[in-house]
Amino acid sequence: MKRIAEDMRSFSCTLLAACIFLSATCGGAQKNKIAPDLFVAAAADLSAAMKEIGDGYEKKTGVKVKFSFGASGALTQQIQNGAPFDLFFSADMDYPRQLIAASAADGTSLYQYAVGRLVLWVPADSPLDVEHQGMQVLLDASVKKIAIANPQHAPYGRAAVAALKHTGLYDRVADRLVLGENISQASQFVESGNAQAGFVALAHAVAPGMRGKGKYSEVSEKDYPPLAQGVVLLSRSQHKREAAQFLEYVKTKESAELFRKYGFTLPQ
Amino acid sequence: MAIDWQAFCLTLQLAITVSAILLVLGLPIAHWIAFSHRRWKFLIEAVVALPIVLPPTVLGFYVLVALGPRSPLGRWWISLTGHTLAFTFSGLVIGSILYSLPFAVQPFAASFAGVDRKLIAASATLGASPLRTFFRVIMPLSVPGLITGTALSFAHTMGEFGVVLMVGGNIPGVTRTVSIDIFDRVQASDYAAANQTALLLLAFCFAVLAVVYSVNRRAWVVGPIK
Repeated sequence: MKRIAEDMRSFSCTLLAACIFLSATCGGAQKNKIAPDLFVAAAADLSAAMKEIGDGYEKKTGVKVKFSFGASGALTQQIQNGAPFDLFFSADMDYPRQLIAASAADGTSLYQYAVGRLVLWVPADSPLDVEHQGMQVLLDASVKKIAIANPQHAPYGRAAVAALKHTGLYDRVADRLVLGENISQASQFVESGNAQAGFVALAHAVAPGMRGKGKYSEVSEKDYPPLAQGVVLLSRSQHKREAAQFLEYVKTKESAELFRKYGFTLPQ
Repeated sequence: MAIDWQAFCLTLQLAITVSAILLVLGLPIAHWIAFSHRRWKFLIEAVVALPIVLPPTVLGFYVLVALGPRSPLGRWWISLTGHTLAFTFSGLVIGSILYSLPFAVQPFAASFAGVDRKLIAASATLGASPLRTFFRVIMPLSVPGLITGTALSFAHTMGEFGVVLMVGGNIPGVTRTVSIDIFDRVQASDYAAANQTALLLLAFCFAVLAVVYSVNRRAWVVGPIK
């Protein structure tokens, strides 16, 4: 009996020591930061551009910006349900307005930071002449699957559907559409060759991951409502001052150049 | 009722197809695991158990890229069937077979290994071939394990999400399963529909499993002597 009691005691002491050690290291890691990290939710089309902007900001101020990329609709959902983000860069203006209406975001901080562009992309080895024929290549028999982002919660998906409807192609291609969770997954479907063509963000087409791997043509601006992209400061943010400072940095000329590099146009 | 019945029927179809195939495919694998004396048996057991540990996104990634149209295996598949593995029902079936494999094989193997070896020996001495012994002696004595394995792979496939999300393409009637449908509804803020669909799935899977386990308890095993 005594042996068991001793074993139990030494086991519980070890367990207690381990718990204290773990909580000290994990807790300490958070509190020792002089400048807090920023958590930013950003639309999937910004994955290349925002990382560069974030890196530039960290070099300048020492504040580390951590990004979570996804479909704007999905991110809006998460934010409405309490996700701890400081800022939200959407691929449209409606989702930020939805958050403002739900008091999850600060209305005065709403800012249109860029205008996105939609392109039709095919892999480099594709026989389709998308550069000259544009969306007409979708009627070719070799196009079995066309990738778009899910229009239910991704602005680029909505834009793709609008463009197809505006040019009268939607009914003829609707049964061949495959939906990516967000514009990144749609890009991945076509870049891996599983879809023969896809509507992707210009930002992805010119980014290092896809550049040179395919041919694309920009979808005419008159075919879809402009992808005006807005950013808001979120009400739940624990670091509103730092978030506002980052937002100011995003409005500078340096950041504007980076956005332009990735095919975004700046609203004038 | 905002439930997408097409998605539900598709998921049911997928689960039935996969568990039926796994019943056939899993038997020889389980038999080998249960009765083999090879020293490298542990490697095969580890490979079979892998899908339990690996996230489904790993499998999804390999189906999309390693078995995609750019790979030799992928090109062979396209020449055989005319389309890619991704975005098709057959692609989902194959992905689900791999993903639910251990849920079928492990209960099968465990119940085979639990069969009294004396009975197998007796069958052999009475002149039965190994195949005949398997069907006439081992399988009837392992019915609880077979039922458990099939039920588990059925339920596991009903709830599959990761692989379908990565390689399905969300095509209604072809790859939009119930789990994807619920995910879509939540992202579109349609909580009422998401709730209804989720409850339906929950109730259905619970009912199936409850029936299977209750039937299983009534000693289906055919004993040698009554």
